[in-house]
Amino acid sequence: MDTNKLPQTPSQTIGPYFAYGLTAVQYGYEFTSIINNSLVSEPKEEDLIYITGNVFDGDGKTIHDAMVEIWHADKNGNYVKGYVDTPMTEIPFKGLGRHGTGTDTRQRFLFKTIRPGMVHGQAPHINLILFMRGSLNVLYTRIYFDDEQNNNDPLLVLVEPERRSTLIAKKELSDGKIFYHFDIYMQGAKETVFLDI
Amino acid sequence: MNQQDLNTQPPYLYAAYKSTVLRSPTKPLLIVKENLKNINLPVFGESAIGRYDNDLTKNARKNGEPIGERIKVSGKVMDEYGVPLRAVLIEIWQANSAGRYIHKEEIHDAPLDPNFLGAGRMLTDNDGRYTFYTIKPGAYPWGNHYNAWRPNHIHFSVIGHQIGHRLVTQMYFPGDPLFEFDPIFQSVPVHARELMIARFNMDGTEPEFALAYEFNIVLRGKYQTPFE
Repeated sequence: MDTNKLPQTPSQTIGPYFAYGLTAVQYGYEFTSIINNSLVSEPKEEDLIYITGNVFDGDGKTIHDAMVEIWHADKNGNYVKGYVDTPMTEIPFKGLGRHGTGTDTRQRFLFKTIRPGMVHGQAPHINLILFMRGSLNVLYTRIYFDDEQNNNDPLLVLVEPERRSTLIAKKELSDGKIFYHFDIYMQGAKETVFLDI
Repeated sequence: MNQQDLNTQPPYLYAAYKSTVLRSPTKPLLIVKENLKNINLPVFGESAIGRYDNDLTKNARKNGEPIGERIKVSGKVMDEYGVPLRAVLIEIWQANSAGRYIHKEEIHDAPLDPNFLGAGRMLTDNDGRYTFYTIKPGAYPWGNHYNAWRPNHIHFSVIGHQIGHRLVTQMYFPGDPLFEFDPIFQSVPVHARELMIARFNMDGTEPEFALAYEFNIVLRGKYQTPFE
């Protein structure tokens, strides 16, 4: 037990007013945004997928003031190192996205990205980070895909079988586009599995 | 990566902060194995930062200077072993000096400042240090309970090197009389609350220009197995 460690800074809630600071362009404020909900620049149409869903509270109501971030590997299973050599505005695949649930008429988040490949034998997945008013600490979860082979994923096998479905997005075709629908339930029978990373 | 330190972190459910009741997970978190949690986050470059992004007294001026006490806030971002973390992205937002947020849903009866937006961002330097200039934010009423007021605070969002370095927190000011009444502040274990309070820094104060505060941020570290 290392008692010489410095104490970690405590977390606090993101609060209801993050929009003009973290997602200004999405919400129409007069400030720039560096992380937004398109993870690709000039993608090929056939490579695109859309990730969408709602965040629900314990009463089953949609949460309109949540902020979702996603981070995932490219189709070869490699994570983006950064945006130092190539700025985020020019890099073909950013890997990182951010979207609030406050601008959609149905309070959904939406990301435009490409399919991740396998990372070290894990099934293809997206890392998801969630913040909202009423949440005092960061929330981590993962999105898997219902049209992938997930049976041997080292994280999914640790999840109780009856809760595994909370981490698997459903493919839906709409308007010629491929959507993966992933709802997040904070509580209740369909409570999403959150991760202690 | 080391776990989150439960001695310094708030719980998800803290009933006195009412909106946690329906927005906190009820089931235990799934513990992720070591080899699955060492995911690096991207490193941001200077191209992401605009010229006045770290100066909230300048970055939204329309016809003059924003009203209020000009302050300089500096600090170091490091892990719990004291290792400075460079190129960490810090994004901040806050109310103006009257305690009014620019957010469209904010309806508190206090004036907006036409020359203040209240948002900024910066990267830490090679020593893990950051600095920004702003106006000291005012206290702000909210609906949690009767006569509820948030202590003066600046919101921080931090993206460090690894996925476990994702931190959202609030920086408070020393001696604020509202600490004993604020459930968000008090959700943090008693002895860890001081970690959220900036230190007044006379040495950093710029004469006739701005008072200075110092606020260090400690993120999770990675335990290194010692060599024999």
